[in-house]
Amino acid sequence: MEENEVIGPKSRDRDIEGNKIYRFLKLNSFDELEMDYTRSYLSPKNYFLPFKEDLVTYSLQDKGWEQEINYTIHPRVIVGMRACDINALLKLDQVMLKSAYPNPYYFARRKNTLIIGLDHEPLEDCFCKSMNSDTAFHGFGMFLTDIGDKYFAAINSDTAFIILNRFDAEEITDEDRLLFKAEKKKIELKFKTQVNITILPELMDLEFESEVWKKWGDKCLSCGTCAMVCPTCYCYGMEEDIDLSITKAVKRRFLYSCNLLDFAAVAGGHNFRPDAGVRLKYRYYHQFRGFMEAFDQSLCVGCNRCGNACLAGINPKAVIDDLIETETK
Amino acid sequence: MKYLGITLERPKIGIFDFTGCEGCQLQIANNEASLKDLFGLVEIVNFREISSERRDDYEIAFVEGSITTDSETARLKKIRKQAKILVAMGACACSGGVNNLRSRFSLPETIKEVYGEHHIDSGPVRKLKDIVPVDIELPGCPVSKNEFEWLVRNLVLGITPQFPTYPVCVECKQRLNSCVVDMGMICLGPITRGGCNAVCPRNRFGCWGCRGPSDEVNFESLMEIHIKRGFSEEQVVERINFFNTFSGIFK
Repeated sequence: MEENEVIGPKSRDRDIEGNKIYRFLKLNSFDELEMDYTRSYLSPKNYFLPFKEDLVTYSLQDKGWEQEINYTIHPRVIVGMRACDINALLKLDQVMLKSAYPNPYYFARRKNTLIIGLDHEPLEDCFCKSMNSDTAFHGFGMFLTDIGDKYFAAINSDTAFIILNRFDAEEITDEDRLLFKAEKKKIELKFKTQVNITILPELMDLEFESEVWKKWGDKCLSCGTCAMVCPTCYCYGMEEDIDLSITKAVKRRFLYSCNLLDFAAVAGGHNFRPDAGVRLKYRYYHQFRGFMEAFDQSLCVGCNRCGNACLAGINPKAVIDDLIETETK
Repeated sequence: MKYLGITLERPKIGIFDFTGCEGCQLQIANNEASLKDLFGLVEIVNFREISSERRDDYEIAFVEGSITTDSETARLKKIRKQAKILVAMGACACSGGVNNLRSRFSLPETIKEVYGEHHIDSGPVRKLKDIVPVDIELPGCPVSKNEFEWLVRNLVLGITPQFPTYPVCVECKQRLNSCVVDMGMICLGPITRGGCNAVCPRNRFGCWGCRGPSDEVNFESLMEIHIKRGFSEEQVVERINFFNTFSGIFK
């Protein structure tokens, strides 16, 4: 903790029903870490794709300028990430690392972050199982499963193995193996929410003009909260700014949301998506159809953070069920 | 001041106050760290709060406060005539602001309640736009120091300022805040223009809408989410009307 920055789930506020609201924040001591947390309000995405990121800083001179680009970040550990959030990173890797133009800023953060995953019993509205994101096989350093008075640790990197040796780690016993299997079974049986996505890419084309989009669009506040809390939404905008002394400037990337009014506004003033319902539709399109076409998987991992955070009660389960129902009507 | 070898014109600016608390002016004056750079970019020829110098050769006027007397009307018109760019600064100038609460009562009775038999010259509360054309509205109660400096930079460099079109929620989430609506408060964040860095929700205080509406506003949905959480329509309407920033588009 003295050498590296450690991020983990912490709570400070409570919601109106008295439930703790968790956030992934920097830990000042391990006492702050809440390993029994339920769901973080926002995903830990911002530790890989910051909401605002200075890509280039310029120092302006009489003739021209000098630019400084800095990819290096201080090593960091994130403790307590869920399988869905790790799977979300694997999806982001597809876009940020494996595309024609890899993102070096993301790469630096990804490579310098040790992830310690943590299993949990699914919440009422978790539908990661439907999205095939309820278990993580790679993309982490260590993954912990609570098997009573100890953790079962899966190791996936050298760094994690070295760290493990600093603790009183024991070899797995036959009893541990049974406990682990029982815990996994328990988790699997606890899933309550199912979302049927198999016919979704096709269904979305069939229901392009559906009234369902208007119905949910009328509720939509166009506030962008869904995309901000989402572990996979990565759409962004760019801005340039100059400081008050006119000697330094910056090119900045900021995460944006396709639900915001001017997302598809172009030079000259035309807005391709002026209606909230249409913008909402395109968010679902990217999540469940566009990404599927490009990478053979949905972008959504089923964490339902968007549904949990949306004040207007828009959530993937309800929207998709609605689409399926109109289809069969 | 040189910018990439080109000498920038240092526009002359005046900062003027009308009916209001002068809190917006204070925002500009109170960050000593950046004042030197600000004065490097612009020449301040008229700013009562920081200098006794008064000149009327300003090109950009930042005007704070609402207009409540005939003498204020005349002074505002004079400023408009001189300034090439007139910026309404803060909620009072943009919409009447908190002062507008007085408009709910009869004017003679209000004056009598506060001043007794003493005569004062005070008329209805008006925003700048009711009297003169306004070029730019810098929202907020008070204005944000950062946004003011950003606006000055844009004006000096000849860039048309693009204020955020999105609501407060965007920056609120970006600061990893807990949602104050989830915590049981009324919040106008979903309908109020961003750019304030969600300073109120950050401090666990629901948004009061001082910056006015974002480019798209869904009043029905805002009302529904609050009623669903046990608030009355009156409570939400009261909040929306507080700064008068939503007048004309609400109801």
